[in-house]
Parts: sequence; structure tokens; C-alpha cells
Amino acid sequence: MSGAGEGFSEGALRPYVITKGRSRPSRNTIGVETLLVAVEPARALPLSATREETALVRMCGQLLSLVEAAAHLGLPVSLVKVLASDLVDSGHLSARSGVPRAALPDKQLLQEVLDGLRRLR
Amino acid sequence: MVSVGSADRYLPDTVQQAVKILVVGAFGVGKTTLVGSVSEIAPLRTEEVMTEASVGVDELAGLEGKTTTTVAMDFGRVTLSSRLVMYLFGTPGQRRFWDLWEGLAEGALGVLVLIDTRRLEDSFDVLEQLEIRGLPFTVAINQFPDSERYAEEELRGALDLLPETPIVLCDARDRVSSVDSLITLVEHVSGLGAARRSEAVS
Repeated sequence: MSGAGEGFSEGALRPYVITKGRSRPSRNTIGVETLLVAVEPARALPLSATREETALVRMCGQLLSLVEAAAHLGLPVSLVKVLASDLVDSGHLSARSGVPRAALPDKQLLQEVLDGLRRLR
Repeated sequence: MVSVGSADRYLPDTVQQAVKILVVGAFGVGKTTLVGSVSEIAPLRTEEVMTEASVGVDELAGLEGKTTTTVAMDFGRVTLSSRLVMYLFGTPGQRRFWDLWEGLAEGALGVLVLIDTRRLEDSFDVLEQLEIRGLPFTVAINQFPDSERYAEEELRGALDLLPETPIVLCDARDRVSSVDSLITLVEHVSGLGAARRSEAVS
């Protein structure tokens, strides 16, 4: 592996190293707006956990969306999707999802959104 | 930009569901301003890594192969009720960013297209793409101090909008005005939903 980094920009490669070469999350229900929270009581991460996985679980000590966690950690959203998905699979994070994919938002939800927006005026 | 302290960074644990709306528009049209006037947190910036292999631009003719670009995205948050939160994403409208929309638009309630009347032509591509993709949208005209004032019908014609597409005038710096444009969008989606539910989805 010696000299493998020569001539490559670390910036472009690093996200794929962190995700072990994957660019897509293991579950397709995870989106930018998915709400994440660390599972209580906290489960120890395996020794093989990356720095980024550890940081993500710590960031999600309280409820936060995936995209906010990514912004606070300064990591690309696509990378955090892969990590969050794994951590949900492994039982370290729990996810509360948004509007189901391929389903129209129901009338009740839209009404709730409208009521909330009108309260902001 | 003021960063949010970790104390008020988090959502109340009662929140069960998140929805999102995309605010799409050309560079400098006021997306971040609108997101900022509605958001309860200082808008956050994040980066999405995008591969530009499949993008249909050939302005870079001669530069073959994949290039990886990071696109900055600003977003904000509004807590709508004890159980519901909304995220607003300011998304660049240029053609080369459309791949980015795929992931973002999935599950979105709808799209607010922000337009500057001084550069109407910047929005033609975006509007066409939204119509092709069948994403519900509303057009919001951001009124700049030196914008010429047009009648709604004039703009509707110039933008070649479908009769059912709502068009509103707004001031992205103003909270109430920005919220009003979002209300128009959600009302539109609500109306479409009723119509679409009676249709067979292909």
C-alpha cells in the first residue's frame, strides 16, 4: 500500500474510505430529514468503529435530523447517510422517518403543516 | 454567521416526524435569505458530494471523465408542533445540480421556486424540469427594490406556467411574506393530493 496516496487528493477519497467504499446507505428509508437519536441505554461501539461513527453517535445524544448532524460535524450528507444507516442497523441509533417514500403526504399531515405555518405568521 | 449553541441545537423529544420543502432558484435569488427569515435556527450549511459524470453539460468539453464536486446547501428548521418539524433546503437550480435533487426531493412536500424578475430566463430550465418530474411546486417572485413590477398574469405568461400552478409575490427578507409563500405551496399540494388520490398512479 506504500505510496498509494501519491498524486491523489485526500479530499475526494476520504469519504469512501470512511464508508468502506460504499456511496449508498444500507437502507433506503434514510433521508436528510430523518430524525436520529442514540439508543438508550448507550451501547458501546465496536473497537473497529471509525472516528466519524463515534462522533455521529455522540452528536445524536439528543434528537437531531441527519442533515443537522452532518452540518455540525462538518461531514458530507451522503457520507453521514451511510454511517447513520449502519448505526441504525447495528442498534446504536434509532431513526424517526419523514414522509414515506413514494407515498403522498396524507391530508391530516398537510393540515398539521398548514396549522403550524399559520401560527408562525 | 452565528452558530447555534449546543443547548438549543436539539429538538424536543416529543417530535416524531419531519417534513421538508425545497427552495429552488438561481444563484443570488434569495434562497438563503428566505430560509433564514423563516428558520428558528441560524441557517446551517452542509455539503453534498456530487459526481458529475451523468450531467448533461458540455461546457467543459475536453474535460472527460468523472469529477467530484461538493455543493453547498443551506437549510433551516421550523418546529411546527410538539410532534412535527419542518426543514427548508435552499437548493441551486442550475442544470448541473439536478442530480442533487434526486435524494432531496424524495419525500419532500413540495418545491418553492424563487424567481428574480430581472433574470426570468434563469428559471426556465428549473420550471421545465419540475414539470417533467411531476414535483408539486409554487412560484414565488422575490421582489427586489429595483425590480420592475409586473402583473401576475404577465409573469405567468412569460414563465409559461400551467394554469393550476400558483404564483405569489414575496419579500424573502420578510418572515410573514416568506411564510405566506410556503402556505400557498402547501395549500396547492393539499389540493393536488385530493385530485391525485382519485387517479391511478403509474
